Amino acid sequence: MSLLELRDLNKHFGGLHVTNAVNLTLEPGEIHCLIGPNGAGKSTLFRLILGEHHPGSGEIVFAGENITALKSFARIHRGLSVKFQVPGVFKGLSVRQNLEIALQSRHRGAELDAEIDRQLGFLGLEAEQAQTAGNLSHGQKQWLEIGMAISLKPRLLLLDEPTAGMSPEETHMTGEMVQRLNAGGMTVLAIEHDMAFVRQVAQRVTVLHLGQVFAQGSIDEIVADERVAAIYLGQAHA
Amino acid sequence: MTGLFSLFRRLEGPQTVGRGPGFWSLFAFVLAVALAYPLFSDGYTVGNTVYFLVWVFIALSLCVIWGYGGSLSFGQTAFFGIAGYGYGVLTLNFGSGYGFTLLALVIAVAIAALFAVLLGYFMFFGRIAGVFLGIVTLAVTLMLERFMAQTAGPEWHIGTARLNGFNGMSAMPPLTIPWPGEPIVLFADVGLYYFVLGLLVFVYLALRILMNSSFGNVIVAIRENPERAEMLGYDIRRYQLITFVVGAALAGLSGVLYTAWGQYITPSSMGMTAAALPLIWVAVGGRSDLTSTVVGTLVVLAAFQALTIYGSQYALVFMGVLLVLTVLIAPNGLVLGAMNWIGRLAARFTQRAG
Ligand SMILES: Nc1ncnc2c1ncn2[C@@H]1O[C@H](COP(=O)(O)OP(=O)(O)O)[C@@H](O)[C@H]1O
Ligand SMILES: [Mg+2]
Repeated sequence: MSLLELRDLNKHFGGLHVTNAVNLTLEPGEIHCLIGPNGAGKSTLFRLILGEHHPGSGEIVFAGENITALKSFARIHRGLSVKFQVPGVFKGLSVRQNLEIALQSRHRGAELDAEIDRQLGFLGLEAEQAQTAGNLSHGQKQWLEIGMAISLKPRLLLLDEPTAGMSPEETHMTGEMVQRLNAGGMTVLAIEHDMAFVRQVAQRVTVLHLGQVFAQGSIDEIVADERVAAIYLGQAHA
Repeated sequence: MTGLFSLFRRLEGPQTVGRGPGFWSLFAFVLAVALAYPLFSDGYTVGNTVYFLVWVFIALSLCVIWGYGGSLSFGQTAFFGIAGYGYGVLTLNFGSGYGFTLLALVIAVAIAALFAVLLGYFMFFGRIAGVFLGIVTLAVTLMLERFMAQTAGPEWHIGTARLNGFNGMSAMPPLTIPWPGEPIVLFADVGLYYFVLGLLVFVYLALRILMNSSFGNVIVAIRENPERAEMLGYDIRRYQLITFVVGAALAGLSGVLYTAWGQYITPSSMGMTAAALPLIWVAVGGRSDLTSTVVGTLVVLAAFQALTIYGSQYALVFMGVLLVLTVLIAPNGLVLGAMNWIGRLAARFTQRAG
C-alpha cells in the first residue's frame, strides 16, 4: 500500500488554478523531491496535504485513510510532520524549550530531558540550547525546525526548501541528515531548488509546473528532459 | 509523593521570572510582611488594602490570556461583572447562612466561566483572532454594561434581588465563614484581608505551576506561532478556549471579591474605563510574567490612589504617561524589565564571586 495518495487534487485562489488535477503517490520508505519554478504551487500542495488549505475537489489518502476532511492537528497525529518554507520556530522561546514543546507529548520527566539532549546533539545545537530561537542564524533556525518536525517521529516528513540560505557544506549535511532519517524508516517529501541536494537524496523526482504534474522520474531522467529545462529557462528569461 | 514533588518543581521554569533561594527568600519575606501588616495598622486601613488585592485577580486573568496566551481580551470586565452580579443575586436571595456565601462565590465564578465557554467557543472555533478578539470582547462587556444600566425599573429583578439599573445592586451580605457558635462575617477588615491574601498566594502559586507545565508550554507556543503549534499536533483552539476560561474564572473571582468587599456593584464596573484599567496595570507591570503583573498592578494602583487625593484628572494623566513610558522604555513592562535587569546583575555578581 502506498503511504500518501493525492487523487485529482484541485485548488483555486480566486481565478488562479494553483493546484490543477494533481495525482501523486508516495511509496513508504522513499525520498521524493518536488521541484518546479517559483509559483508552481509546491508550497500550496503541502498546505493541502496538511489541511491548512482545503481542496476544491479531490482526495488525500494517507496510509489507506481518507484524511481530506481532517483538521491539521489530527493529520499530525496520523503521522505527518512538516518544516515550512519560512522557518516557524517559536522565536521568543529558548532553543531547548522549542524542542521540549515538540517532544513533550511523547516523553515525560527525566526521559523528556534526555530526549531533548539527544535531539540537540543530533542537530548540533547543544551550545545554543539556552539561546532565544529568534537569535539563531537562518540555517540554524531551519535545523531547529527540522528537529522539531522529526521529534514527532512522523511516518511522512514534509520539507519545504530545507536548505534555503545554507552554505554548500550545510546543504550537504542536511542531505545526510535526511538520509539518516530515511534509513530509520521515515518517508520524506522535500521541495527543493538546490539540484545538488536533490541529486544527493532523491530517489524519485516530481516536477510541478503551473499547478500540474509536469514530469516524474529519476533525477537523471528529469535532468535529461528538455521540456523540464525549457520551463526553468522560460522562467529565467521571464 | 513523586507527583507532588514534580508539581513543586514546576514553581520555577522558563515561563516565570524568579528562581532559586534568593527569589524564594524574598517571596517569604514579602509574605511575612503582608501577614504582619494588620498588626501594625487599623481595621479600616487594612480593609482598604483589600481593595487593591481584589484587583490583582483580574490583572492575573489578563496576564494569562494576553501575556501568556497572546490573545488580547478587552472584556475581562464582562466576567468580573457577571460574577459580581451573580454573587449579589444569589446571596440576596438565599442569605448567608450555612456558609452559603462561599458556595455563592464558587457558583458565581462558575457562571462567569460557563459564559466564557460559550463566548470562547464562538470566537476560537470561529477563528476570530487578533484585534477582532479584542473588539468582540469589548463589545460584549459594553453591551452588558448598557443592559444592566437600563434595569432600573421594578420589573427587573431576579427573585427578590432588584437589579437597580445604573445605581447598581447593594446590601448583599459579605462573605461569611460558618463557625460553631458564631459565623465569621468577613467585613472589609482584617478577616477579609487574610482570606483574600490567602486566595492570592494560592492562585499565584497555582498559576506558576500551570504556566511552567506542559500546558503552559503549549499556551506560549500558540502565542509565538499558532501555525507551528498546530503542526506539532496541538488542537490550538481547545488550548485557547481553556486559557480563556481560566482567565474568565479569575476575572470572575475579582468580581465576587469586589462585590463582597464593598457589598455593592454597578454597571460601570463593566464600562469602558473599567475595561481599560487592567490593561494598563498589566502592560506597565509586564504582561508575560505573573510576578511582574502582581507587583505592577499593586504599585500602579497605590500610585493612582495616592494621586487621586490631588484630583482624579492627575491620576488619569499619570496613567497615560506611565503607559507611554512603558511603550518607549520597556515594551514588555517596567517591572519585568527591572526584574530582568536585577537578574542579570545578580548573575554577573555571582559569576565574579565564584
Ligand atoms: N493564500 C494564497 N492566496 C492567494 N494566492 C496564493 C496563496 N498562496 C499562494 N498563492 C499563489 O499561488 C501560487 C503558488 O504559490 P506557492 O504554492 O507558494 O508556489 P511555490 O511554493 O511553488 O513557489 C502563487 O502564484 C502564489 O502567489
Ligand atoms: Mg514555496
